[in-house]
Amino acid sequence: MRVLDDDGDDGQTVVLQVRGLSVSYGKVDALHGIALRVHRGEIVTVIGPNGAGKTTLLCALIGLLPVRGDIVYLGERQDAGRSVEKLVRQGMTLVPEKRELFAEMSVEDNLLLGAFDRYRVGHRDQLETIDQVYDIFPRLMERRQQMAGTLSGGERQMLAMGRALMAKPRLLLLDEPSLGLAPLVIREIFRTISQLKKLGVAILLVEQNARAALQIADYGYVLETGELSLEGRSRELLTDQRVVESYLGLGGRH
Amino acid sequence: MDLQIALLLGQDGLTNGAIYALLALALVLVFAVTRVIFIPQGEFVAYGALTLASLQAGRLPGTVWLLLALGAVIAVVDGSLAIRARQFKRLPWIVLLSCGVPLLLVGALLAVSAATLPLPVQVLLALMLVVPLGPMIYRLAYQPVAEASVLVLLIVSVAVHVTLIGIGLLFFGAEGSRTPPFTDVSLEIGDALLQGQTILVVVASVVLIVALYFFFERTIYGKALRATAMNRTGARLMGISGSLAGLLSFTLAASIGAFSGILISPITTIYYDSGFVIGLKGFVGAIIGGLASYPVAAAGAVLVGLLESYSSFWASAFKEVIVFTLIIPVLLWRSLKARHVEEE
Amino acid sequence: MKDSTRAAAYLLPFVAALAVAPLLLPEFYVTLLNYIGLYAIVALGLVMLTGVGGLTSFGQAAFVGLGAYTSAYLTTVHGLSPWLTLPAGLLVTAVVAVSLGLVTLRLSGHFLPLGTIAWGISLYYLFGNLEVLGGHTGISGIPPLQILDREIKSGREFFYLIWAVLLVVVLGTRNLLDSREGRAIRALRGGSLMAEAMGVDTPRAKIVIFTVAALYASVSGWLYAHLQRFVNPTPFSLTQGIEYLFMAVVGGVAHVWGAIVGAGLITILKQWLQDWLPIVLGQSGNFEVIVFGLLMIFVLHRARDGVWPIVTRLFPPPARRRSAPTSVAETESPPRLPLARRPRPESGSLLLEVTRASKRFGGLVANDNVSFTVRAGEVMALIGPNGAGKSTMFNGISGVDPLTSGGVSFRGQRVESLPARDIARLGMSRTFQHVRLLTGMSVIENVAIGAHLRGEKGFLAAACRADRAEEARLFDEAAWQIERCGLAEQMHDAAGSLPLGKQRLVEIARALAADPCLLLLDEPAAGLRYLEKQALADLLRRLRAEGIGILLVEHDMDFVMGLADRVLVMEFGRQLATGLPAEIQRNPAVVEAYLGGVE
Repeated sequence: MRVLDDDGDDGQTVVLQVRGLSVSYGKVDALHGIALRVHRGEIVTVIGPNGAGKTTLLCALIGLLPVRGDIVYLGERQDAGRSVEKLVRQGMTLVPEKRELFAEMSVEDNLLLGAFDRYRVGHRDQLETIDQVYDIFPRLMERRQQMAGTLSGGERQMLAMGRALMAKPRLLLLDEPSLGLAPLVIREIFRTISQLKKLGVAILLVEQNARAALQIADYGYVLETGELSLEGRSRELLTDQRVVESYLGLGGRH
Repeated sequence: MDLQIALLLGQDGLTNGAIYALLALALVLVFAVTRVIFIPQGEFVAYGALTLASLQAGRLPGTVWLLLALGAVIAVVDGSLAIRARQFKRLPWIVLLSCGVPLLLVGALLAVSAATLPLPVQVLLALMLVVPLGPMIYRLAYQPVAEASVLVLLIVSVAVHVTLIGIGLLFFGAEGSRTPPFTDVSLEIGDALLQGQTILVVVASVVLIVALYFFFERTIYGKALRATAMNRTGARLMGISGSLAGLLSFTLAASIGAFSGILISPITTIYYDSGFVIGLKGFVGAIIGGLASYPVAAAGAVLVGLLESYSSFWASAFKEVIVFTLIIPVLLWRSLKARHVEEE
Repeated sequence: MKDSTRAAAYLLPFVAALAVAPLLLPEFYVTLLNYIGLYAIVALGLVMLTGVGGLTSFGQAAFVGLGAYTSAYLTTVHGLSPWLTLPAGLLVTAVVAVSLGLVTLRLSGHFLPLGTIAWGISLYYLFGNLEVLGGHTGISGIPPLQILDREIKSGREFFYLIWAVLLVVVLGTRNLLDSREGRAIRALRGGSLMAEAMGVDTPRAKIVIFTVAALYASVSGWLYAHLQRFVNPTPFSLTQGIEYLFMAVVGGVAHVWGAIVGAGLITILKQWLQDWLPIVLGQSGNFEVIVFGLLMIFVLHRARDGVWPIVTRLFPPPARRRSAPTSVAETESPPRLPLARRPRPESGSLLLEVTRASKRFGGLVANDNVSFTVRAGEVMALIGPNGAGKSTMFNGISGVDPLTSGGVSFRGQRVESLPARDIARLGMSRTFQHVRLLTGMSVIENVAIGAHLRGEKGFLAAACRADRAEEARLFDEAAWQIERCGLAEQMHDAAGSLPLGKQRLVEIARALAADPCLLLLDEPAAGLRYLEKQALADLLRRLRAEGIGILLVEHDMDFVMGLADRVLVMEFGRQLATGLPAEIQRNPAVVEAYLGGVE
């Protein structure tokens, strides 16, 4: 089973490199001086409390928001001409926080549309890819004819991820996959995410659920009020007291 | 009114209703995908009919010049954008597509005498001249303000509508045209005489509606359009850009409009400004469907056709008044159905 | 409106020029100016409707026709005096406009213009086909207007009448927009959610402006009928209705004076094009519409505000500040002209009681059996991970998006099924997580919207400036609240020019201007710097000391824990824990909810 499109990618291991990235809404910086790196086949997580700017970060990376600073994706520096469409074609895919499914379409149609851009440029392997996605998420196979709007929360998240995988991404951006899900479902979703890593796709996982994210990630960053305050191997972050403090306001800092 | 007249009126109403239904579908489609209320839909009806009439009369239809002019403007606009973005490789393609294709069409028209060609070829030529205007107009008038409010897009639509009316007068003159019927066949069922042209219109409309259904249900591009209508952000994240969806839906709407015009031109005399009122009747149908439901819109449009036909018998002077006043109870009904509306 | 107030400096020379114009200009230009005046009256209605209220109509020409035909019919057939047919025409127009408004205005915005298109067409055909109205030939022999035995027959005489009416309408409109009701109308553009939460009856406001715009058109029609002394359906067609909208948009759809500029430009351009285009094109016909259409597209693409802002840039008017608010002293003190305050509930008394509140969106349960209370003089914080249902709870309490089941009682009254504006009237005021300010309006005007329910002067009072005393009090109140929130320096800046954090403070000032007993704050500290957060916390403490109850959603835990008296934690729409801040911080279930985890 191979979901990743790995032609001509050998030796180049840094998929995404970000330096001095800032995003502002009006005069306020929502993100400031962000620097991070994602390697091929690696799960990198950005954790942080509500309102820290995590979603803004992903929206900025996929081209939905204008940015200042350096983004190097697949060894290519992004210029002013970057756009969502262009990045999607280059294999960057976002699974958004709100899922953004096509509610009145069947599960299968949602998945097919995930491969829209590949279809457009001439790839006709959608049926095989869809089988691979069904292998990863057998539940979607069972629900294939059901309207996306009628799925349960966990199934929606699976569909959103499955739809993203249909594009055979090189970099998968996941925005709060645990949002609103029950603990058992979260466990299932996260187990799947850690499996995806084995397929060689690079994953940038943004999460509020710090423990779950750090347990499957290789490397983690802590985002706090628009700035990265902490980073390190995720095993080390898991036990770092400062992570707890940043979440619950126990630090009494400032 | 005896049964025979009733049947005759019903036949008329059904014929017009089928056309209105096609237009209503196009209007719902364009609105759902782009949020544009496509007032100029009717002009495509008139342009389609009048272009065919010009071809049959052996004249070079004015639409040719419009096609060339729009092509040239697009070449300049897109070309300068490409130069600014330093994408020089795209330049030849832009010029070829927006100027070369129209030029090729003009060349072909000048080379052969269109009046002597068989009817299907004439129809095809007329469609080839009119349909590209749809995406071209989208590119120039709508795409630059695609993110604006429904209100702004509506005003743009009205502006495009009056421009096309003026251009229509310039190209086709104030006299109307009527093309010869596609068929002289007629069927006698009991007392009633069923015109071949009527059957043709209804059958063609049904075929087109079925084809549209398949396009939306079975092809990935059709699904992409539906996806854009349901969730713009979601579609964008799949690489379905707003402008692609816009161009596609305008191409469809222009095809439906031009084809409708060609279908009815043997039945009614079409003037440069006839399309507007025809299109508006499609709108009444579309509004019955709340600008959202395809089947209700189509059914509503057929109802409009029938209402128009029967009211022309009872009160012919007030035919238009009755049809357009229908919108008031319809809106009232929709308004009572609507529970909570927050526009944003 | 700021622009139009400043433009007042040019008003006197403008009026003087108008006074001498008919004496100096040849007949042709006087006629042209007469038409410009008539069109401008109609376009002005569209400015209010489209530029200010965010609605639009293509059917204004039909309203002009109603005014004209009513007068034509009643004067010629029944021999009524034109001075009686004017109110008759206005009445007919008002009835039609109100019913049309009632039918369409509950639907989303685009159904009104579509309705007006259909309505414009059917009225045109009706005029043309009714025998009593003379069919397509129309009605002739309409008597001239008479003022004190003097018949106004010549174009020059009529000029003064038309432009006098126009000036009255312009000034009335300007006054109206600069008033309590005017701000409510302007709030419509920001979506009805905010306006409703401030107590504005938005459907009524929409119907009122639609009707007022129709009445302007009707007056123009009445003038037209007695100027021409002949009417037929042609000038009341949809095409003309569209042209009126073009005038408003080209002139500047958000500016009162834009209507006159637009009417002038389009009328002169049309005259000129009708002379030249047929020669250039070698055919006769209405080719000017091609130019108009392209011009409109250009304006909408490149200069959506129309020509008027360009005019004001070329002739910058002397800076003038509004008089009312600047009278406020710079020190923080209650306004000298106080508005009536509602009696404050005693500190510690029960303000809000939510019992078993649930909210479902389809299959999704956003709130599940949540119960809590807020007392006067207490800060209650609502916290929880993203998607826990906090904002949904806010919307349920404030009536913006009612609960599926459960009860909300506010000051002893059940409110769960009341509309937002009625709950606001009882003394609940809120801010929004996604800031909902009118970005083009000044901070103080935005805040004054919050005091909407504390004034009572209506449209007529506003139009003739009988509302100044009340306005001064409203603005004093707004200024005071702005100062309390630490924004005194930005009081007259456009709200949209402020950084996001400050805009949140403006939202709080606006909520305070309503004189609430209970304040709902949705993420007030987001985007604020440390010192600003401190200042905000101080303000909230002072409000608490005054006996206001505060319900707060906030992500900044330092802020919440330092301020709140009690904390309610939500997760998955359910109530996870309620207690004192210190208890909450030690609660293992809360720690778990925030940090998450999979075993």
